[in-house]
Amino acid sequence: MGHSEAVSGPRAMLAGAFAGGWRAFFLRWLALPAAAIAALLIGALIILAMGANPLTGYHALITGGFVGSYALTSTAVKAVPLLLVGVGICIAFRANVLNIGGEGQIAMGGLASTATALALPSLPSILLIPLVLLAGAAGGAVWGAIPGLFKAYRNVNEILSTIMLNLVAIQLVNYLLSGPMIDRSESFAVVGRIPQTRLLSPTSWLPILIPGTQFHLGVVISVLVAIGAWVLLRRTGFGFRIRSVGLSTEASNYAGMPVKRTITMALTLSGAMCGLAGAMLVFGSISHRMVTDGTLTGFTGSDGFYGIVVALFAGLSPLWTILSAYLFAGLLVGGVSLGIALSVPYSQDLVTLIVGLVVCFVVALDAVRKRANLQAGPGAGAWRQLLAGVVPRLRAGPEPAAAAGHSPASTEPGPDAPAQAPRRSLTPAERSEEAPP
Amino acid sequence: MSHFFTAAVLSATVASGIALAAPLLLAALGETVGQRSGVLNLGVDGIMLLGAFGAYFTTLHTHSIGLGVLVAVAIGAVMGLVTAFLNVTVGADQGISGIGIYIAALGLSGALFERYVGTPLPITNSHGMFNAVNIPLLDRIPYLGTMFFQQNILVYLAFLLVPVLTYMLHHTTYGVSVHATGENPAAADTLGISVARVRYSAVLFGCLMAGLAGAALLVLDGIFQENLTQGAGFIAVALVYFGGWRPAGVMIGALLYGLTGAVILSWKTLGIIPVSVSDLAATAPAVIVLLALLFLVGRYRQPTALGRPYLRGG
Repeated sequence: MGHSEAVSGPRAMLAGAFAGGWRAFFLRWLALPAAAIAALLIGALIILAMGANPLTGYHALITGGFVGSYALTSTAVKAVPLLLVGVGICIAFRANVLNIGGEGQIAMGGLASTATALALPSLPSILLIPLVLLAGAAGGAVWGAIPGLFKAYRNVNEILSTIMLNLVAIQLVNYLLSGPMIDRSESFAVVGRIPQTRLLSPTSWLPILIPGTQFHLGVVISVLVAIGAWVLLRRTGFGFRIRSVGLSTEASNYAGMPVKRTITMALTLSGAMCGLAGAMLVFGSISHRMVTDGTLTGFTGSDGFYGIVVALFAGLSPLWTILSAYLFAGLLVGGVSLGIALSVPYSQDLVTLIVGLVVCFVVALDAVRKRANLQAGPGAGAWRQLLAGVVPRLRAGPEPAAAAGHSPASTEPGPDAPAQAPRRSLTPAERSEEAPP
Repeated sequence: MSHFFTAAVLSATVASGIALAAPLLLAALGETVGQRSGVLNLGVDGIMLLGAFGAYFTTLHTHSIGLGVLVAVAIGAVMGLVTAFLNVTVGADQGISGIGIYIAALGLSGALFERYVGTPLPITNSHGMFNAVNIPLLDRIPYLGTMFFQQNILVYLAFLLVPVLTYMLHHTTYGVSVHATGENPAAADTLGISVARVRYSAVLFGCLMAGLAGAALLVLDGIFQENLTQGAGFIAVALVYFGGWRPAGVMIGALLYGLTGAVILSWKTLGIIPVSVSDLAATAPAVIVLLALLFLVGRYRQPTALGRPYLRGG
């Protein structure tokens, strides 16, 4: 890639005098905050153009999302589905599979878990809660396995199949919640029934950990899942195969890896994470029902798309995804305060806009970074050192690495690689370029 | 069921299916050209939304739907420049940049609508709403006339573009450049084709068409609301794959989708499907396209360089 490009021309030579210093420092550490700030600045201009005061708005946004125990617990609760979806996206994108199907997988997870709770209302919490969460994961897993199988065995582009399956799942939710699963106790009189289930059994509710807030068990579970996913990706043979397939299917195939099965499993696992998020949306909600409003995002609240943003902002590292999920959750929660402070009805739209701009800037910076031959992201190196003593190394045996050792893709990624965006392929020449001369 | 199989109902259903297919076809034809040059644009849905809003707002205030359509196309052009800059100049990951543009445009169109319109008013004839343009003589053919020759002008345009684009893509220098850029940009570059210029123009065309498709959707619905497209832009992207990157194939996909939707609507109106399962029935077009993909895909190969940025010396 453009290593030679980076050190040609007088200006680049001057930059070279800093020995990759400032430039590297900026791209490595400051680029993501810069992307976020750039997005917020454009957002501010748009707020200004609409005749409102961006300073008042942003002050309310930050206070409402991050300041005080109420804001922080609300943000933590909002972060649960974002984090789970984000982790699922990390797994899929690492295998170079673009899972756009988060929305549908969340919906199916919500449906499966809700159906379980409706069917077994008398089970005690200790059984019912694990059961509904597993059912959610299973529902999402099925909706992830379908595009996975399609891609692996029939070469159907996963972007298409997941988009179509999103539409199917959402309509299925609308149908079930306004028909077979609807709360029949509600009066039918004036406006018709809301498309929602009856109040789910209290033994299925996720227990509140901090009394007086919405801070429920799911917050802890989601963080544990993120750590588990990091261990899976970095410390197991399966995780290694996922990353290897993501870097090059040809080389992985040559190395004897089960490429098709790995792709299917990656999407299935990704779907399971999204399905779990769907279960959290139901059993960690205030209403403790599964509710929609008949629109495409009535149940999911677009979390399937926001999860992509969260994972991307975290450089596809499950651990950085924790931080990233909290940041974006704060933005979404604070968006409500922004709307109140500016007394505008379109605050959620503004937040959506800002999130979209963040994606555009991050993806652009990512491309610039790749061209500069720098490892993306602040790197998981620090995390790894921290966790090295805590997490037992779940070595899956040396065979994948050894097998891959004879292939062109014998690219056990470098120390900072976890925070790297998926790459299409990596040739030996490119590898050698990555080492500092 | 017997009510459905009358000539009048059938021809009305086909007519409405064709009308439903037109916005999808416009967007998908644009995306076809972009993808053949090697650029995957997933932001189509967002650009359609902005285009539809632009057309709606302009029409409400100027009472000219023609002007509204022009504004939609202009918005498409602006978004096209942004898309091309990100995907061609910067070389960003196209799957992700498209999602970014979609999310940003979804938010922007919603905010603009809430801020400047609020309560939606339908666009009517007093706004110069496009009426059906009856093709002289042909529209009098029994039944066929109703089906094909009493549509609005954007529908005719969408279907006229199919042969035009087929010719352009296969029989002009520009079409060959697009093909070369999408298959092997480095080779195209050595032949003196400016990969960036070809891709910019193809993406720009795709986004213009997405804006136009937004306007067509507005004409179809007669009113704007938040997230008007309901994912139509994503379906358009899927139809490109479905059609094997060929305008005629894309048209077949769009018609399949539109006609299935129209049949479901018609059955719902006639009471053949109870209202309670209409949501379930609404999944039919997506399921059919998915199954078709499963069995048809692999007959056509996607452009080799699709989704890969090309940077000289890279």
